[in-house]
Amino acid sequence: MKKSISDFLKMVLIFLAGKFKKFTMRFKKSKTMKDYMMVYYSDAKSARLTRKKVAWITSGGPVEPLIAMNVIPIYPENHGAMIGASKMGGGLCETAEAMGYSADLCSYARSDIACATVNGGPIGGLPKPDMLVCCNNICGTVLKWYEVQARYFNVPLFILDTPFCHTDYTKEAAKYVRAQFDEYITFLEEVCKKKFDFERLKEVGHLSHQGQLLWQAVLDTATNKPSPMSAFDAFYHLALIVTLRGTKDVIDYYTQLVAYMKSRIARGIGAVPNEKYRLLWDNIPIWHRTRWLSEKFASHNACLVADTYTTAWCGALKYIDENRFLDSAAEAHARIYLNIGIDEMAKMVLAMIDKYDVDGFVLHSNRSCKPYSFGQLDIQSIVEKERGIPCLMLESDMTDERIFSESQISTRIDAFMEIIKERKGKA
Amino acid sequence: MEKLTELRNAAADPYAYAKKYKEESGKKVVGYFCSYAPEELIYAAGALPLRMFGTNEGIHLADTHLQSYCCSLVRGILEEALSNRLNFIDGVIFPHTCDSFQRLSDIWRLNITQQFHLDVVLPVKLDTPSAKQYFIDVLEKLRKDLGKVWGINITDAMFTGAVKTYNQIRKLMMRLYEIRSQRPGVISGRDFHSVIKAAMTMERDSFVKALTEIVGELEKAGNGKLKPGTKRLVLTGSVCSHPDIYDIIENSGSVVVWDDLCTGSRYFEGIIDEAAPPLAAIARRYFSRGICPAKHAGLTDRGENLIRMVKERKADGVVFLLLKFCDPHAFDYPYIKEILEAQNIPCMLLDMEEQLPSGGQLQTRFETFTQIL
Repeated sequence: MKKSISDFLKMVLIFLAGKFKKFTMRFKKSKTMKDYMMVYYSDAKSARLTRKKVAWITSGGPVEPLIAMNVIPIYPENHGAMIGASKMGGGLCETAEAMGYSADLCSYARSDIACATVNGGPIGGLPKPDMLVCCNNICGTVLKWYEVQARYFNVPLFILDTPFCHTDYTKEAAKYVRAQFDEYITFLEEVCKKKFDFERLKEVGHLSHQGQLLWQAVLDTATNKPSPMSAFDAFYHLALIVTLRGTKDVIDYYTQLVAYMKSRIARGIGAVPNEKYRLLWDNIPIWHRTRWLSEKFASHNACLVADTYTTAWCGALKYIDENRFLDSAAEAHARIYLNIGIDEMAKMVLAMIDKYDVDGFVLHSNRSCKPYSFGQLDIQSIVEKERGIPCLMLESDMTDERIFSESQISTRIDAFMEIIKERKGKA
Repeated sequence: MEKLTELRNAAADPYAYAKKYKEESGKKVVGYFCSYAPEELIYAAGALPLRMFGTNEGIHLADTHLQSYCCSLVRGILEEALSNRLNFIDGVIFPHTCDSFQRLSDIWRLNITQQFHLDVVLPVKLDTPSAKQYFIDVLEKLRKDLGKVWGINITDAMFTGAVKTYNQIRKLMMRLYEIRSQRPGVISGRDFHSVIKAAMTMERDSFVKALTEIVGELEKAGNGKLKPGTKRLVLTGSVCSHPDIYDIIENSGSVVVWDDLCTGSRYFEGIIDEAAPPLAAIARRYFSRGICPAKHAGLTDRGENLIRMVKERKADGVVFLLLKFCDPHAFDYPYIKEILEAQNIPCMLLDMEEQLPSGGQLQTRFETFTQIL
């Protein structure tokens, strides 16, 4: 009884803190990522107080219908990134391993599964879900992970099954995915016990599309030499397009960010003070080492100007048609970067190499992410053959800081940069 | 049993068998990778479906395409293809299952180019009407794609024979499972393993003939030699390509009476309705059989299925075979263990890498497990 009272009071405090933050934000000229994230998590953590529903959703899942239904979306993967960045992944993964989960499984999944049972991690665990929405366009792991959580929380699970597009998006798959968007809406109506608002979806769909266009505009500023931002900045600013896609906040924040990056370009300010070499990053960041890696590359006057990971949140823009939101959303979700064949991925990598005019390609071989990492060796060969730029593969893990050998990685980056310097010197 | 020798030989060297068959019959051989490959279509088109098991030894060519944290099954299969040991096959069919096989398909398509390559991107969900329809649509697409490859029209009539053959195999295999469950001493685990492997290798009508004879003889055979107090086990996992495991289990005082394996009951379960339209009937079977953990048919169906299996077969314990780096099974293990424990069913986890742990060590583990049963 006492515990429930203290939990309730805690929730009220979180709620009030969020409201206060929202109020003060109105008077701030520029709102920071921290402001938005604080309001977002305080809203989510006090959802029971405001009688809002909370849905956990995968990063590639269609969030727009949730927002249209006034459901608060929560992203366990974003939470996983936070856990990794705060170097709490190793400990939580160990807890999951003690529960019987193999150390070879995805570290986002392991830390999230552990976190749910101990309410640990950097924000004291995620708000409990009322439903789970799992879209397998990023991996098969999310299916198993969400099954585990659906059993643990005993809440309904909706699976959006997006058939893998090895060489094309077949008409059979298109029909299947489109039908599931209708099933998704029915699912939401049942869980929320209210009719779906298609008018509202139109607005949300428009905001989502605008948000993605703006995110693309943010990333595009990195084509400038020197680049006003690095991939490490993109890793940080990404949080909003992941968590608040479909809201006005995303538009406000990225509009402000694009203006800021453009002003840096105008003043000739680069993310790396003396940018001489430009690199492309592949795979999910090594969250527990972003600062170290950023400084390491900067010490060689190298800037990671772009990456395949954050680009994924605007990579399917060509399929989106606001006026046919549900139809085009089906295709856009099925054809995202991780749900296509490696030859198609290699084509996108080559296009990025040209667009951002990079001198080298750094691939994170990520033990946690098999669909992202298997095929990297072939992509690397294609890049070497087609563009002849040096490539470096680093073995690590996105969240589990136990899998990182600093001295080895440091030596390899030094050697890689020597090759790049030599080549660029000759050119 | 003369016929058993034939099966043992086919299982011992499936490639030699398939090559010889191809030479003699002039027919095509199609490689496939898991029990979700709709073999009936391949067989109906007049080709021999041959399951790929890969190699457990000397993986080095695959290392230039797949990192060390990829399972040995996927790496081993790629190794065989890259080392030209599979040049005799005419093509491959990749059913969609896990992330690793998904990427193996891409890598294969880009590097093994002399054969035809078809992806069969089946639904992951197997419990909704739209997924059922999509499953049938995918089979229809495969029928067209295969027909295009060989310049033939695969008609419904061509399915009749294939479906009959596969139904016969499945009925006979289920009968063999029953016999073995009732009288586990009647056939050794090693021989049983050979029968399963032969079922995925041999020309299917020859296999039916051989198996009919074997089952007939086993029906009449005595109980076999089995020490009193032998414990009854159920195996669960993905692929078991280590026949040694059966010897070790039997030497440690236990015997396998049933399984939930991809190279086992999941492959044989379910009969196709011969009166229904063939593709819909083939699809329907996949919705009724036990599922691979890379698929979804509810949150508890795999666990409940396993418990039902243990109870029906009066098993004393479960052995969970976990291939290292197999994500779908590794995710299910804690849940399976928990629900088995809730039913007081002992469970043992056996981590498998390319090579099994040394025989002595494994024997001791099984003996210890047998003692607690």
